[in-house]
Amino acid sequence: MMKEPIVNRLLPQPTEDSQPFWEALKAHRLDLQTCGDCGAVRHYPRPVCPTCYSMSVTWTTAVGRGIVHSWTISHQAFHPAFQDCLPIILVTVDLEEGVRMNCRLDGADPKDIKIGLPVDVAFEDVNDDVTLPVFRPRNDPADT
Amino acid sequence: MGTLKDKCCVTGVGETAYTRGCDKSPTALQMEASLAAIADAGLSPKDIDGVIPFFSGSAVAEDFITNFGIEDLRYSVTAPMGGASCVAAIQSAVAAITAGIASNVLLPLGRTGYSGTRAPARVSTFPQFRIVSEFEMPYGAVAPVQLYAPMARRHMEIYGTTSQQFAEISVTTRNHAILNGNAVMTKPITIQDHQTSRMISDPFRLFDCSVESDGGAAIVISSADHARDMRHKPVYIMGVAEGHPDSPSAITQRPDLTVLGLAKASPRAFKMADVGLDAIDVAQIYDCFTYTVLCQLEDMGFCAKGEGGDFVEDGALGLDGRLPTNTHGGLLSQSHMAGMNHIVELTRQLRGDAGSAQVLNAEVGLVTGYGDMGDGSIAIMRR
Repeated sequence: MMKEPIVNRLLPQPTEDSQPFWEALKAHRLDLQTCGDCGAVRHYPRPVCPTCYSMSVTWTTAVGRGIVHSWTISHQAFHPAFQDCLPIILVTVDLEEGVRMNCRLDGADPKDIKIGLPVDVAFEDVNDDVTLPVFRPRNDPADT
Repeated sequence: MGTLKDKCCVTGVGETAYTRGCDKSPTALQMEASLAAIADAGLSPKDIDGVIPFFSGSAVAEDFITNFGIEDLRYSVTAPMGGASCVAAIQSAVAAITAGIASNVLLPLGRTGYSGTRAPARVSTFPQFRIVSEFEMPYGAVAPVQLYAPMARRHMEIYGTTSQQFAEISVTTRNHAILNGNAVMTKPITIQDHQTSRMISDPFRLFDCSVESDGGAAIVISSADHARDMRHKPVYIMGVAEGHPDSPSAITQRPDLTVLGLAKASPRAFKMADVGLDAIDVAQIYDCFTYTVLCQLEDMGFCAKGEGGDFVEDGALGLDGRLPTNTHGGLLSQSHMAGMNHIVELTRQLRGDAGSAQVLNAEVGLVTGYGDMGDGSIAIMRR
């Protein structure tokens, strides 16, 4: 299982475009950037809607449910901050809102990981300024 | 609008010794390789009037002016596409020469990938990795091997591709490096060696990964009109293109994780070259990882999507196989020169100068680049 996460690691540097995403996470909400005109949800945050080219932005709070689209288990740390966290399970998750995230998967047995695994979002408060979304296997796999 | 077909040639190639351990600067390595390429072309350094420095290398156009005493450099751009940059730069050089902007364009590369900054620290500084840096690296996904592994894993689960098939690529490429004489990895390996090499980021084992190395490689591109009077038999650039994948800033959002930018570039290059896949006698395919080769074979159409694993079996990529590939040992075993060594090797094959790795009667070949989050580039050449 994951050891206690350490804080001295690579942390996101929010931009004007992504600040609301990171702010919402601090309140344990997964907010996805949404076009203020056509309503298309997009991720990762960017200034222009690629569907209708509107620069009007709103935010949608995701339900936090998804399935694994692909995955890797890293056995080597490529930054010293992650040396004590190995192995790291990284999953690409299809969210119900139609976008994907690449996040860490916690609380899973590596041999259970496969495409299609149902997962739910969780929140890791790294410090007072940064909360990262992570995923955990859905408690009741029948609940799809 | 005219075509770029056969308007330019690779007229010079040069390499330093490839090592793992080096006391030269990346700039010095680039200059050494460039001087070798310029001499190979029968030119003087002052004859270079265009330069396309590697986008993240230490040397910029000013360094080449300063070191070579170039009095009137007419053309300088960069092609920031990671490992697709070197082949994409061919397109830029050919366009500039054909438009009359420059006559002899130098494409240099030199790096201390082993002795200096390693890949994870390098890529985190690239502007193209800004999205990945903000949203994916905080989980520890900082190295290309970790970012690319989900593409391979998806391919395996959807299409049944196996690690043993990756091993075929690894072993064949090593066999070629052993023939080369300037390769950092020269110990024979077996499928079993690959299967027992340590897991780096599942499904990629150590022998699925290219070798960080020190060295330099460079080519000179000149107009075909001049090339016919130069030192070597000209190697014509028949077709060239770059292609950017869907969602180029993050693999994560790509509709199909198993398709790269090369799928868009390849038909353009073959149309320009006016040849089909069956014309290709030898291929140098960007091989930062074994899977990358397999995926590009599919994206170019040598087999259908999902059939790359079967395609590479039974020595298909060997010198006697259906598509001799990475005849120098590639990034997997010769040296990670971001694919500039692939262009050098294709040129040598088409000149008939590839030594004991020479593909008999190689008349037409291709070289690809792959970089960043799936950028692609391709050049088709003939003797």
